[in-house]
Parts: sequence; structure tokens; C-alpha cells
Amino acid sequence: MAGGIESLTWFFIAVCTVVWLLTMAALGFAMLRRRRTDHADPLKERPRADRLATLAVSGLVALTAVILVVLTAATFLTGKSLAGMQGEGLVLRVTGQQWWWQVTYESDQPSRVLSVANEIHVPVGETVTLKLTSADVIHSFWVPSLAGKTDLIPRRTNIQSFVVDRPGTYRGQCAEFCGFQHAHMGLLVIAHPRAEFDAWYEAQLKPAERPSEASRQRGEQVFTSRACAMCHGIRGTSAAGRVAPDLTHVGSQQTIGAGTLPMSEDNLARWIADPHHFKPGVNMPKTDLSGEDIGAVAAYLAGLK
Amino acid sequence: MKTRVVLDLKDHPTYGFGPRMTTWWGTLAFCALEGMGFALVSGSYLYLAYLSESAWPIGAAPPDLMPGIVFSILLLASLLPNHWLKQAAVKKDLRRVRIGLVVMSLLGLVLLGVRVFEFPALNIWWDTNAYGSMLWLILALHTVHLATDVGDTLVVTVLMFTKEGRVPRRFTDVEDNGFYWYFVVGSWVPLYVLLYWFQRI
Amino acid sequence: MSAGGRRDDGGLRAWLPTLLAFASGVAGALAVKRMLYPQAFARIAEVPGIARRAPPPLVPGQVPFDTRDDGLDDETLDRVLADTWRREPGFVGWLSSVDHKDIGRRYIVTAFIFLFLGGLSSIAMRIQLARPENGFIGPDLYNQLFTMHGMTMMFLFAVPVMQGLGIYLVPLMVGTRNVAFPRLTAFSYWIFLSGGLFLWASFMLNIGPDVGWFAYVPLSGPEYGIGKRPDVWAQMITYTEVASLAGAVSTIVTVFKQRAPGMSLDRVPLFVWALLITSFVIIFAMPAVMMASTMLILDRLVGTHFFNPAEGGDALLYQHLFWFFGHPEVYIIFIPATGFVSAIIPTFARRPIFGYIALVLSLIATGFLSFGLWVHHMFATGLPMLGASLFTAASMLIAIPNGIQIFCWIATLWMGRPVLKTPLLFVLGFFFIFVAGGLTGVMVASVPLDLQVHDTYFVVAHFHYVLIGGAVFPLLAAVYYWFPKFTGRMLSERLGTWNFWTAFIGFNGAFFPMHILGFMGMPRRVYTYPEELGWGGINLLVTAFALMLFVSFVLLTVNVVRSLRSGSVAPANPWDAGTLEWAAASPPLPHNFARIPVVTHEEPLWHERESLPAVAGLRVDAREIVVTTVTSARPDLREASPDPSIWPFLSAMAVGATFLGSIFSPWFVVWGTPVAAVALIGWFWPKGNPEDEE
Ligand code: HEA
Ligand code: HEA
Ligand code: CUA
Ligand SMILES: [Cu+2]
Repeated sequence: MAGGIESLTWFFIAVCTVVWLLTMAALGFAMLRRRRTDHADPLKERPRADRLATLAVSGLVALTAVILVVLTAATFLTGKSLAGMQGEGLVLRVTGQQWWWQVTYESDQPSRVLSVANEIHVPVGETVTLKLTSADVIHSFWVPSLAGKTDLIPRRTNIQSFVVDRPGTYRGQCAEFCGFQHAHMGLLVIAHPRAEFDAWYEAQLKPAERPSEASRQRGEQVFTSRACAMCHGIRGTSAAGRVAPDLTHVGSQQTIGAGTLPMSEDNLARWIADPHHFKPGVNMPKTDLSGEDIGAVAAYLAGLK
Repeated sequence: MKTRVVLDLKDHPTYGFGPRMTTWWGTLAFCALEGMGFALVSGSYLYLAYLSESAWPIGAAPPDLMPGIVFSILLLASLLPNHWLKQAAVKKDLRRVRIGLVVMSLLGLVLLGVRVFEFPALNIWWDTNAYGSMLWLILALHTVHLATDVGDTLVVTVLMFTKEGRVPRRFTDVEDNGFYWYFVVGSWVPLYVLLYWFQRI
Repeated sequence: MSAGGRRDDGGLRAWLPTLLAFASGVAGALAVKRMLYPQAFARIAEVPGIARRAPPPLVPGQVPFDTRDDGLDDETLDRVLADTWRREPGFVGWLSSVDHKDIGRRYIVTAFIFLFLGGLSSIAMRIQLARPENGFIGPDLYNQLFTMHGMTMMFLFAVPVMQGLGIYLVPLMVGTRNVAFPRLTAFSYWIFLSGGLFLWASFMLNIGPDVGWFAYVPLSGPEYGIGKRPDVWAQMITYTEVASLAGAVSTIVTVFKQRAPGMSLDRVPLFVWALLITSFVIIFAMPAVMMASTMLILDRLVGTHFFNPAEGGDALLYQHLFWFFGHPEVYIIFIPATGFVSAIIPTFARRPIFGYIALVLSLIATGFLSFGLWVHHMFATGLPMLGASLFTAASMLIAIPNGIQIFCWIATLWMGRPVLKTPLLFVLGFFFIFVAGGLTGVMVASVPLDLQVHDTYFVVAHFHYVLIGGAVFPLLAAVYYWFPKFTGRMLSERLGTWNFWTAFIGFNGAFFPMHILGFMGMPRRVYTYPEELGWGGINLLVTAFALMLFVSFVLLTVNVVRSLRSGSVAPANPWDAGTLEWAAASPPLPHNFARIPVVTHEEPLWHERESLPAVAGLRVDAREIVVTTVTSARPDLREASPDPSIWPFLSAMAVGATFLGSIFSPWFVVWGTPVAAVALIGWFWPKGNPEDEE
């Protein structure tokens, strides 16, 4: 959790716990305290006790009001400090899709625009600004350790900014119910030192490497000639589908199917053979490729680092 | 538990008019909730108009004024016979009540007839865009209220021409029907402005 | 007409869509309006009539007695009135009943059956979630299950059960013989029942909604909502809202106009205040969800664009409309529950409630404020910061009236001498759980905090704490408290204590860990989660305690069944309580009271220990009620109360069929409307009422 939010959370937890304990203590005492007075007649008037109770209740209400003002003020101040992020920094466009994330690194030069899926690489210590929108239904972008949620709404653009302080991999997940596979709509944010990030960026900009081994060549051939290429694109080949994740450097990614499986050649093969086994209802159809073809495609893709 | 009588209601009446009756309050409650419905569609309409990127109305000329004007004038004019009818009901004047009901029924049917021409005068279909959907929804919603009360007026009219009409309590029903008509008229005024004039200003 | 000329395709073809839209374009809501209005208006419909059976002769051979109650002793009166007010024999008589006690009981029993179904769906979900990557239930079924669970619990259990208790108890508490619009109330029950059956039948046919209980667009819209599932959601909303609105109107008028003479506003029991304010909240909140579901179904069925951003619509408009209802909805569930608490605490604290006026004002304030909070469900949608802060402040503000209530109740217990019977035990459980849930509510009202925990199990924990702690625990208290009144039998205290502790431990064990899951990042509405996130252990724990909670309800069922068979017989006022319902017999006779009481104190039965002052002069051969003035409850009229009638049932069937059919074709609205209209006229038309000649 980002710093300001974490301390705000602890503050709220502390205040609420104390309020709860005091209320329970009062209740416990009310139930258990010794009574001297006689209560045979429920309507017996007790003006003195009533006056005291009025005072006590009024005092508690006043105290409640004070606590609420403090809590509201704390909320407001934290909110302001979070909103006061400096500059835009790195600007990314994130488009939610059923059920994966399309991430576009914007640039003035068209050749430097980069489109990847489900993984966001960012430089450490710099502001990152996400422009969030959706291609279909409402999703919500949430990387718990970095910032709160922001919804991705069709035809609207929401902004979220954060700074990652430490290098590392941060897991995120879609947080707004978006249908069948809302559960498998994960993403990763990977923060590198600036130099490493730049290297990654340059590597990603390159088109896919042509395979040298025969089996992987076969894989490429199957990929581009069969149904795969209708949805997926691989820069540097004839595969130019746009409705599914771009796979130009898929082998360099950590997961398959928006966080459904860890990346490996075996897993790729299993995924291609029957994606619905792992992610029922996913928009990728089960293919009718032979076992051999699947192995070849998996080997080809795994090599696209 | 044992009881002891402290009050005798033998001579209290069995019916009254207006807020003395439970019916009147029931009608009022329905007016409140239906009024809320009108307020919410109007709010939704304004919300979409405010959000709209393109000019409002989207892709259509503003509605033609004629049918709406005719309708509104007739509707406002109906307040007079309605008031007259309500008074006749309170006075339990069966002859006047019958005349009033016939007049109100006819007026209601004419109003429904005019209403039919308002829909094409909107100059847009409900499935063209959200602006069209909104206009149709608002107009249809009001039409339902109109049709309901006209239907009720017809039934009450028939009722008052049968022997039931001689039952004094029935006059409270006539009065109540007139009360609801005020709501039908009153709710139309803001809707009319919204439907026909909002786009023009 | 200029308009006609402009459409070149002209003629009939151009008019067809006009007619079609005229009839169908307004599908659900329209039918609703058509239905609702005539009923209120047709209090005429609630045509009074004389009992068809002659009262039994008192002394054979003597002249028939006067048809007024003046000279009769209480026992004779009870006999004669019971005959006038009872329902007709046979199955049709059962369907025709307009006795508020019959209707209320039906509401309560039906709602508990839906609790059972909603509970079963939650148990199925919990089994699926007990282990990571579990294969017990796939996403298709899971998404239906949590939607069915949420809808069933909110629309078919929590709201109706509260209204049911209100329908049963409000007339007894205000000292009258029936609700203001008994036929409308009967109608509302049949509509509610049809809606519930419709929803669960759809689920059985695999067209159960799977879009969550708030069915956000575009997921539920024409493009992404598959098959009929979202239509089922939308029409089920129509059914239940029609039922709630009808019940609310009847309750308001009952409280305004039928209070026993002398029950001025400052003597109205807090339970009745709670139901009254709830009814107002219903009246102003429910139209919003009706609009939302109507626009949704129109988008889906006839191609309107209310929520289609490509054509000038907006997806967030839907959310605003839904939550403008959705937030008040939770108070529609909670406020009646505070009424139970306010009724139970004085009885067992052995003193009148402390801070009556403050409590009434808090209820009113809660009702008002509840309309200003809806945006706190939408903090993540990217609203401007300032607007969001306003809603944070408003959400915090509502803790004040809630706090006042909590403090006044504790003060009452403090100053009284509490007797720890099962109802009070459940009320104590309510304090423990609800205050915690309210405080987590205050936490999620804070924007930065909410953006972290929104749509996680932290929110799931919050709302089960407030719903189960704030509504179900008071409800169970109410069941134990009023069961003797409803059935004439006491529930077992021993089983009751077991019931309480299993529910209390089961609940906290199941839902407290969800707070932690939420902080660990577990989102809601996921059918499974990966093992490496380490949520498995806690989820297993949650599931285990959820089963314990289930067991507690089984104990309740056992207790109820045993007591119905062989429970000890309850006197009229087993707890020595102070409000009027305890003056009626247990269970109450069809006419509730032999004589309508005159109220002299806010706790009438504590004030009048020997005998209850009462009015005379009502007819015994026809259904008559006392109508009083709104504020001071001075007696004004002896109004006739409607006789039983089959028409509400028939009308409900006609309307229900129309709603159902509209999912498949808008033409159903066109064909259904005349049928419904006929049924309504049947209902409306008077059927010979000799006493009208009076
Ligand atoms: C009975 C139902 C009920 C009740 C009573 C409440 C009560 C409250 N709720 Fe809750 N809420 C729900 C049912 C309810 N809620 C449901 C069902 C949802 C989720 C819907 C969904 O998404 O599916 C929800 C969601 C929800 C959200 C949205 C969370 C999200 O989706 O991210 C928020 C945010 O502000 C919120 C706030 C509150 C607040 C401030 C109260 C307040 O009214 C609480 C006030 C009470 C107290 C505070 C305790 C008593 C007071 C004292 C002892 C005085 C001392 C107190 C202080 C000094 C603070 N609720
Ligand atoms: C009043 C409302 C209410 C109640 C009582 C409950 C009760 C329970 N709820 Fe739920 N819940 C909601 C309202 C409620 N819930 C809502 C609104 C949602 C959100 C849905 C959405 O996201 O769309 C939700 C969501 C929700 C989720 C999250 C699902 C998800 O996001 O994926 C979970 C998960 O554990 C859950 C669990 C439970 C459990 C274990 C109970 C247990 O307490 C259930 C215990 C009860 C029983 C087991 C019934 C037994 C009854 C009997 C035996 C009576 C017998 C009587 C007769 C036969 C006449 N609920
Ligand atoms: Cu995308 Cu949930
Ligand atoms: Cu809320």
C-alpha cells in the first residue's frame, strides 16, 4: 500500500477499535452493574437518573461528532497529498478487455509506440500516469501495493498516477466484476531502474526474431497460417490480429492468459491445446491443431523473448 | 385483556371527503412515488444533456410545437370541469356528477387522441440515440398516467350511472379521481417544458 | 399534421413503431404504473361489504340484537366479530384472505424460505472458495450463485421479511383491525411470491442472472449480457419493487389514519415509527431502481440507448440511478430492525425507552441522510475529488443518528434491570456485530481507504456485519419475541441459547477473517484464486464457520417445529410488555381487538394494568375500523374495511404473467394489459354493500 494510505488505514483502525471497545464496555457495564433500586413498576419515574443519562448521551454524541470531524479531515488531507503528484511522467494507455489488459506506451514518434499485454514495465522512482479506458465492459485497475482502484469505463478516460519506490514485481488484478473470467484478469507491474527499463523498452520495440531451428520455424508457419494470426499479432511476421494480446515478445513475459498460468513452454502447449480448461469461457477458442503442431507453436512462442 | 368503554362512536359518520379518508392519503402516496419517478427521468435527461459531447438535441430538430401546445391547452382547460366535478361530488349532486364525469371522460379521450400525435412530433425515434430514448420515455411515462386516469374516469362514469351511483360513499371515489387528475396535469407542466423548450434555450 | 407528412415512408408502417413503442416501449414500469395507480385509487375497490353470514343468534328465539357493539360483553363480542372478520373457508377462501395477519405470516414464512435458498447458494460458494483453484463450481455457475445469493437475500428475504413483520404487527400495535389497503397488501404478497418463484425457476432453467445484484451496464446491457439472464434480473426487480411500494403505501396510511384514538404522534411505538419511515424511504428510493431496470430492459429489448455511450447514453447514469436506490435500500433493511430493537429493549430492561424523541428524530435523520450517500459506492469511477469528499462527509455524518440510537439503547439497559431472555441475547449480539460493521462502514466512507478495499472481501465483511448483525440478529430477536404472539406457543429458551451462541460464534468466525482477506487483496466475485497468494487457509476457516452459522439456522428450525408441536402455551402477554399488540389474544383473533382501545400513555399496557379503556359504537355485522386524525388521533370516521376478495390474487397473476412474458416479447405487455385491466375492474367494482345505505 502506498505510504499515505497505509498510515491513514492504521489511524482509522485504531480509532474504530477504541470506539468499538468503549461501546462494548458501556454495554457490558449496563448489563452487569449492580442495581440497588427497586424495579417492580416499569413506569416508576427516575428524574435524576434520566438527567444524568441525558447528559451522558449528549456528551457522547458531541464526542462522536468530534471524532468524525477528525476522521473526515484526515481523509481529506491524505486525499490531497495523493492528488498532488508531480508531473505526468511516463504516460501509458491501459485498455481493459474481457479478460486481459492492453497496455500502450505512448510516444510522439509512431515508431516508438509500444503495445504489450498484461505486463507493465515502469522505471523506479518516476511518476507513472495511466490513462484508463475500456473496450467493452467496466473493469477496475488495481495493483494493491501501488495505489487504489480506478475503474476503466467505456468511452471515458480515467487517470491514475503512482510512483514505484523499489524495484520488483507487483501483482495486480481486475477489481470490478466483468463477467465470466473476472477471476483471471491479473496483471503485473514490473519496476526497474531507469537504465534497465530503457533496455527493456528498446528490446520490446524490436520486431520478433526469426527462428532458426526447424521445429520453431514450423511453429511460426503454423501460427501465421492458422487461426492464431486472426486474433494475435506478432510484429515482423504476417500475423497482424489485433483483438487479442500482441505476442511479439510473449516469451519474455511471466504469465500466460492474464495471470492464469506461469510462463513456460509446457504451459504454453497446454494452454494452446485447451485454454478453456484453465480459463473457462475465455475468448480464445480451442484449436484443432495436432499435438505436434501445438508443440511447435509453443516452442516458437516460448522463444520470442 | 378486559376493556372498559370510555368513548362511543355510534354517531360518527362512515365516510368523509379529502384528507379525512384513507383513500385520499393512499392517492397522495402514489402521487409522491410517481412524482419521484418523473423527477428521476427528468434528472436523467438533464444529466445526459449535460454530459453530451455533441449539441443537444443530438441529430434531430427540436420537436414540433403544435401537438404539444394543443395538448397542454386542453389539459389545463380540463382543470375547470374537473374542479366543478369535484365540488359536485362533495355536494353529492348526482346529476352534476354524471354530467361532469361524461365531460371529463370525453376530454380524457380527446387528450389521449392528441397525445398520439405528440410522439411523431418529437422528430426522433426512441432507438436513434439516447436523446430520442429519453424523449420517448418521458412522454410515454406521462401517457401511462394519463391513460390510467382516463380509464379510471370511464369506469367511475359507468359506475355512477348504475344503481351504485346512489350510494353516498361513491361520491368520495369521484372526488378522489378528480384529485388524481390534478397530479396528471401538474406533473405535465415541467415535463412539457423539458420536452419542448429545453432544447430551444 | 406536419409530423405525419415528414415521414416519407408514411402510412401505417410509420405508425406501427409508434404504436409498438407506445405499448411496449415502457415495458415493466408502465405495466407497473397501470397496476399501481388503480389500486390506490380504488380504495373504492376495497369495497366494504356486510358479512355474508348472519351472526349467530345469541339467545335462540330472541329478537336479533342491535348491529352495534355497545351492549355486548367482551366474550360475545369476540365471537361475533371473529365471524365477521374471518376469512372464507376452503382454498379459494385462503387465496382471497385480506387479513393482515394471514398476509404478514405468508410474507414472513416465504421470506424465510428464500433465506434458506439464499443461504444454500452461499454455502455452495463457500465450498468452492474453501480451497484455492477448487474445481467444485465453475465460473458460469458461480457467477449465477453470487448473483442469486445477493438478489435473494436483499430483495426476497431482507426487505420482504421486514415488511411482513410490519404488515403483521403495525395494525396490532396501533390498535386497529386491518391495514388501510388490505387488498393492495394481498396483491403485493402475490406479486412478491411470483417474483421469487420466477427468479428461482429461471435459475433452475439455467437462465439465472449472473451479473451481480447491481447488474452494472454494459455487462448487463444488450451487447454483453448473454441470453435472458439480465432480463430476469430486470423483471425480478420490477416484481419486488411493485410489491414493496404497494406495501409501503398501505403501511403509511395505516399509521397516519388508523391509530387508535388517543395515540398521538408522541405515543406511537418506535417500531411503528421505524416502519413508517422505512415506508417513506421505499416510496422515494424504489422508483430509482425501477427507472434503472426499465431503461435497462428497454435498451435490451427495443433498442433504446440510455446507457450506450456510443449514442449519447452513459454507463454511469445507470450506477447513479441504481445507488440512489441502493444506498437507501440498506436502510430499508436496517431501520425496521432498529424498530425491533426499540421494541424489545424496554420490555426486557423493565423500563420505557430512554430518549424517545431523540430516537424518532434519529430515524427521520437517517431516512433523509440515506438519500445523500449513494456516491460512496462509486468512489472508484473517477469522480472529481471534491464531489467525492462531500459524500465522505455525508457518510460520516450518518454515524451520528446511528450513534444516538446505540447510546439511547445502552442508556435504557443501564437504567433498567435487564432480564436476559433469548430476544435480549440476540439484541446484545446485534450491538456487538452491528457497531463493528458500522465502524467498518465509516472506514470505507473514507475515499483513499475505500479505493484500497473497494470490491474486496473487506467490503463483503462490512456489509455482512451490518446486514446480519444489524438486520438478521434483530430479526431473530424479533422471532423469539413475537413468536408467542404469532402462534400462541413459546419457543424453547434452551434451544434459543444454543441457537444464539452457534449463530454468534459462527457469524464472527465466518466474517471477521474476511476483513483480513480484503486487506490481503482478495477481490470479491471471483470464483477461484491462485494458491500462491496464500488466501487458502483463511478461506477454509471462513467456510468452516459459515457451516456453523448454517447449523444455527437448523437449530432455529428445530426450535420452531418443536414448539409448534408441543411448545408451552403462551398467554396474551408472556413478557409483560407495554405495547398494544400484547393486549390481543395469542394468536390474535381475526378482528384483533374486541373493542378498539383508547390510548392514554406511550406504554399503554404498563399504564392500564386492570382494564384497557376502549371505544364502542362500531358495527359487529360488517367490517368497520376507526379512522382518526393524523397528528392527535382524534376519532373521526367509522370507515368500512374491505371484505376478502379473490381479485387481488387474479390481478397479481395477470400482472405477473405480463412481466414474465415481456422478457420474451414486448407484445406481452400489449396483450397482458387488457387482462390485467379486466382483473382490476373486477377488483374495483363494488358488490352490493347494504351498509352503504346507512
Ligand atoms: C444494513 C445494511 C447497511 C448498513 C446499516 C450500512 C451502514 C453504513 N455503510 Fe454500508 N453497505 C451495505 C449495507 C449497509 N451499510 C451494503 C450491502 C454494501 C455493499 C453493497 C455492494 O457493493 O454489494 C455497503 C457498502 C458500503 C460502502 C461502499 C463500499 C465499497 O463498495 O467500496 C460504504 C462507503 O462509504 C458504506 C458505508 C456505510 C456507512 C458509513 C454506514 C453507517 O450507516 C454506519 C453507521 C454506524 C456506526 C458508525 C456504528 C454506531 C455508531 C456509534 C457507536 C457511534 C460512534 C461512532 C463513531 C465515533 C464513528 N457501506
Ligand atoms: C441480508 C443479506 C445477506 C445475508 C443474510 C447473507 C448471508 C451470507 N452470505 Fe452473503 N451476500 C449478500 C447478502 C447477504 N448474505 C450480498 C448482497 C452479497 C453481494 C452479492 C453480489 O456481489 O452481487 C453477498 C455476497 C456474499 C459473498 C461474496 C461472494 C463473492 O463476492 O464472490 C459471500 C462469500 O462468502 C457470502 C457469504 C454469505 C454466507 C456464508 C452467509 C450466511 O450467513 C448464510 C447463513 C444462512 C443460511 C445457511 C440459511 C439457513 C436457513 C435456514 C436453515 C432456515 C430454514 C428455514 C426454513 C426451511 C423455512 N455472501
Ligand atoms: Cu475485468 Cu473484472
Ligand atoms: Cu451505501
